[in-house]
Amino acid sequence: MTTEFKSISLSGRKKDVSNKDMTFMEKLYLPAIAKGMGITLRHFFKPKVTIQYPEVKREFSPVYRGRHILMRDENGAERCTACGLCALSCPAEAITMTSGERKKGEENLYREEKYASTYEINMLRCIFCGLCEEACPKEAIFLTQDMPPADYQREGFIYGKEKLVMKNEQ
Amino acid sequence: MPKVTIDGVTVEVEPGTTILNAARKIGGDLVPPAMCYYSKLQGSGGKCRVCLVEISKGSDANPNPMPKLQASCCTPIMDGMEVKNMTSPKVQDMRKGVVEFLLMNHPLDCPICDQAGECDLQNLGYNYGVEGTRYKEERRTFDKIDIGDKIQLHMTRCILCYRCTYVADQLTPKRVHGIMNRGDAAEISTYIQNAVDNEMSGNMIDVCPVGALTDKTFRFKSRVWFLKPFDAHRDCKTCCGKTTVWSFGNEIYRVTARKDVYHEVESDANGKPEFICNECRFEKKSMNDWTIEGPRKMEGWSVINQGKYMKNTSRVEIDGDVRLLTGRVEDRKKISMNGTNTKEQVLSDGK
Repeated sequence: MTTEFKSISLSGRKKDVSNKDMTFMEKLYLPAIAKGMGITLRHFFKPKVTIQYPEVKREFSPVYRGRHILMRDENGAERCTACGLCALSCPAEAITMTSGERKKGEENLYREEKYASTYEINMLRCIFCGLCEEACPKEAIFLTQDMPPADYQREGFIYGKEKLVMKNEQ
Repeated sequence: MPKVTIDGVTVEVEPGTTILNAARKIGGDLVPPAMCYYSKLQGSGGKCRVCLVEISKGSDANPNPMPKLQASCCTPIMDGMEVKNMTSPKVQDMRKGVVEFLLMNHPLDCPICDQAGECDLQNLGYNYGVEGTRYKEERRTFDKIDIGDKIQLHMTRCILCYRCTYVADQLTPKRVHGIMNRGDAAEISTYIQNAVDNEMSGNMIDVCPVGALTDKTFRFKSRVWFLKPFDAHRDCKTCCGKTTVWSFGNEIYRVTARKDVYHEVESDANGKPEFICNECRFEKKSMNDWTIEGPRKMEGWSVINQGKYMKNTSRVEIDGDVRLLTGRVEDRKKISMNGTNTKEQVLSDGK
C-alpha cells in the first residue's frame, strides 16, 4: 500500500529539487565563478565590521557595567565596612565576605571600625546587574568600564580583595 | 469584663489591663509599637513615647475624649473606651516626630551594628521615619565600654529605655549597673568600670531594643540575615535551656532566647518567661551541645526573612489542572478536540 504525500510548504519557502540536465553555459562554470569572485571583490572595499581587539577598543556606553572596584576614601582608607548588603542584594549570590575589627593604628587603612577582612566576588556567577552598587550604603563598591579578563582556570575568576580594592595612589 | 474598642475592633479584657496589652490581644497591625515597654519586666514602659495613642472616648461613664495623646503601655483601659491608633492622623504624625527624636543622637551606624536586621529602632524608623535628618548639632558620643568579657556597651546607640536595668533588678540578685547622670548626659554604666558577671546578665542583650548592648562573642562575625535560626534545647541547671541558635552551615554563631512577634522573650506553659543563662548563651557554640527541634519561624515583617518564602499557601487556589485539561475553546477547535466538551465532562473523563 502506498501513501501519497502531498507537498505542503508550511513556511512557504520550500523548494522542489529537480534533476534536470545543465545547459552548456552552466557546464562551463565560468560565469558562476566570475559572479562569485565579483561578490568577494566587492567585500574588499566595504567598511570592515571587525576591530583589532587588544589594540583597538570599542567605545562603551556610559552606563556599561564591567568588573567591580572597592573604593578608598580621600585619605586612602577602604570604604567597605562589610555590612553584607551587596551580598544580600546579589541575585546570583556571587559575593561573600568576612568582617574584621579594626585595630589601633589601622585608622589609615580602614575608614570605620569594622572592615572586610576577605571579600570575594565570583566573576563566573556575577551577572553584572549592578544591584550591589545600588545597595551599598557606604559608596564602596562600583562597577567600572573594564571587562574582567579571560583566564585559563576557574580559580582565576574568584576575585579577592587584591584584585578588587582600588590601587593606592602614592 | 470591661470592653475597649481599638481602631474599631472591640475586645473584652481584664480590668486594669493596659491599652497596649489589650491591642496585643487583638494582634495585627493595630498594635502600637513599643521600644521601652517589655511585658516580662515589671515596671517597664512609659519612657520612649512611641506607643502614644489617641483616646477619642474616655469611657462609658465619661465619654469625653482625653485632651492629649496617652502612652498606651501604662494607661489602663476603662469600660467603653475608644482608642485610635493607626486610624488617627494625629498619632501617625506624632510617631514620626518621636522617631526623629529617638534618632537625634543615634549614630546611624547600622552597616557595622550587630543588631541591624532585628533592631526595633530600625523597624520603627523604616515604618514611620523620614529619610533625612534635620538635626544639625553635634551628636553626643561615648566611648565603647566592655561590661564584663562577654557584653559590650555602645552608649551612642542607647535610647535610654531602662530595660537592661530592670533585667538586672529582676533577674539577678545584685545590680551593678544603672543610669548615671541626668538629661542629655544620662548614660548606662557600671559604677567605676565594674564588670557585670552575673549568670543571667546576658539577657540584657536580648531585651535591648537597639544595638547598645551586644554579644561580644558574636561581634562582627556575620550579619543576622545570613544566619539560619533553629529552635534548640539542652539540659541546663540554671535556666530553662530553650533557645534559638543562629547557625551558618554547621557552625553556631550565636545563641539567643526565643523571641515572639514583639521581640520579647517567649513564656513557657506556666507563663514564666524563658530567659536563658550566660553559659547557654556564650559558651555552648557547638552543634553537639544542642538538640535541634526545627527551624525557627520568624514573624513576617522582619528583615531576617528577606528573600524567604513566608506566604501562607493554605488559601491559594490552584485551578491550573482544570485549565490544563480543558483549555480555551478556540484552541480545542484548532487541534480538533471535541470543541463542545465542558470542564465538567473533561474532569469526569479524567477520573
